[in-house]
Amino acid sequence: MSAESLQFVAGGLTTGAIYALVALGFSIIFNASGVINFAQGEFVMIGGMSAATLFASGMALPVAIACAVGAAGIVGLMLAKFAVGRARRADVVTLIIITIGASMLLRGLAQIVWDKRIHALPSLSGHRPVELFGATILPQSLWVLAVTIAVVAMLSWFFGQTRLGKAMLATSYNRLAAELVGIDVRIVLLASFGLAAVLGAIAGVLIAPITFVSYDSGVMLGLKGFAAAILGGLGSFPGAVVGGLTLGLLESLAAGYLSSAYKDVIAFVVMLAVLLVMPGGILGARTSARV
Amino acid sequence: MLEVTRLSSRYGRIPALAGVDLSVGRGELVALVGANGAGKTTLLRVLSGVQPAADGIVRFENSDITGASPRQRVRMGIVQVPEGRQVFGPMTVDDNLRLGAFMRPQRETNAGLDRVYALFPALTNKRREPAGTLSGGQQQMLAIGRALMGKPKLLLLDEPSMGLAPRLVAEIFATIRALKDDAATILLVDQNANAALSIADRAYVLEVGRITLAGRGDELASHPRVRQAYLGL
Repeated sequence: MSAESLQFVAGGLTTGAIYALVALGFSIIFNASGVINFAQGEFVMIGGMSAATLFASGMALPVAIACAVGAAGIVGLMLAKFAVGRARRADVVTLIIITIGASMLLRGLAQIVWDKRIHALPSLSGHRPVELFGATILPQSLWVLAVTIAVVAMLSWFFGQTRLGKAMLATSYNRLAAELVGIDVRIVLLASFGLAAVLGAIAGVLIAPITFVSYDSGVMLGLKGFAAAILGGLGSFPGAVVGGLTLGLLESLAAGYLSSAYKDVIAFVVMLAVLLVMPGGILGARTSARV
Repeated sequence: MLEVTRLSSRYGRIPALAGVDLSVGRGELVALVGANGAGKTTLLRVLSGVQPAADGIVRFENSDITGASPRQRVRMGIVQVPEGRQVFGPMTVDDNLRLGAFMRPQRETNAGLDRVYALFPALTNKRREPAGTLSGGQQQMLAIGRALMGKPKLLLLDEPSMGLAPRLVAEIFATIRALKDDAATILLVDQNANAALSIADRAYVLEVGRITLAGRGDELASHPRVRQAYLGL
């Protein structure tokens, strides 16, 4: 592999990991409620903006990051409780529209709470690039990959081993049966929004040192994450990771070898192609399993 | 143990239950027969709390549970085996059963698993397989086993024999009878009215949301109207 293509791959994996985290948030909420949460990108923005401003106000970087992730988690819980939970008897399309409204509200609030400027967050361990087989890689890229791997490992432990995780999975497979064994599906809904918000915020603080952050930087990341979730198969956790990484790589290679002008087009072309050719996505099987 | 008084329920504006009175005593096996759409499943859904009651009272062990959540009812000991089995398809048999014990203290889980696998030996060597890969009969056993993991005081069975081969139907009914002999309290809904009435202590006939006949199982099995309408005789 040439140094050049290695460079593109490294860049693609970095953004791909971010898309994967956002896509996981989409899938977690979709599984718990059938809702596609279009406010998912705002969690990314809230994470990045909170961390940037808290750090700028003099807080230590790790503390600022922890607070930012926590704050986004609380916003996620509030969104579930006050917006989605209130309209629980409404149908899924209504709930999706509510999330679109919530995303606009959150972006508007972000302009008031913060401003319209672009903010920077320092990288976790300096800006001096690392040389790897001829490619130059930012240390932050390695952080992105390492944290994403850790997050995916923790999620698979959570859903595979813990009581709440299994209850959330069970609710996604069969809501009625979950209620009949005593699982409180409202708690599952809350937990899914909280978890998705935390994942989004983690993505936000990881990417902020590379691409900067502003009140509207969640829009594009949210849409890309959604495209990644569709590509991998909405509702599938391995699919979200595969979809995210694939999308990141495709974008990076297209930008490198074709033209960087087409970078953002790739995601949406891929999403359209997936919806036309294999609507279930790479690893999704939910629709075909419903008899 | 369970007393239902003037219970009504509706889906939107369409009434499904119109003033049902019914009771189940401790240790009794009570069958509920009726045609499709008579409201049998709705009644069980209201008893489990997943469908709201529009009017009437449900009392369980002398306390009013009409407004209780599904979760509270499971904790009190009302556990349902829903129509169509409703297993957690992609999860293993073991996980399905463990989820059945969701409201129970965790130290009871292993003893519960041993009991269910002893009752349904066919499930034992499928423990690690996804529930969705089981046959219909095995899924029904799993659904019953999952409910038993919740240590029910009152077991609600909705169409346990639906869609099963005759040999399996006999097996499921033998299991239900064994549970009854083990002093379980059961409310059974089944399209197989003949089999249901033959093992029931008492039975009710439900027609368009109302109880139209009630009596001992063998009495109803020989009642001319029941014979004509539900036993095909």
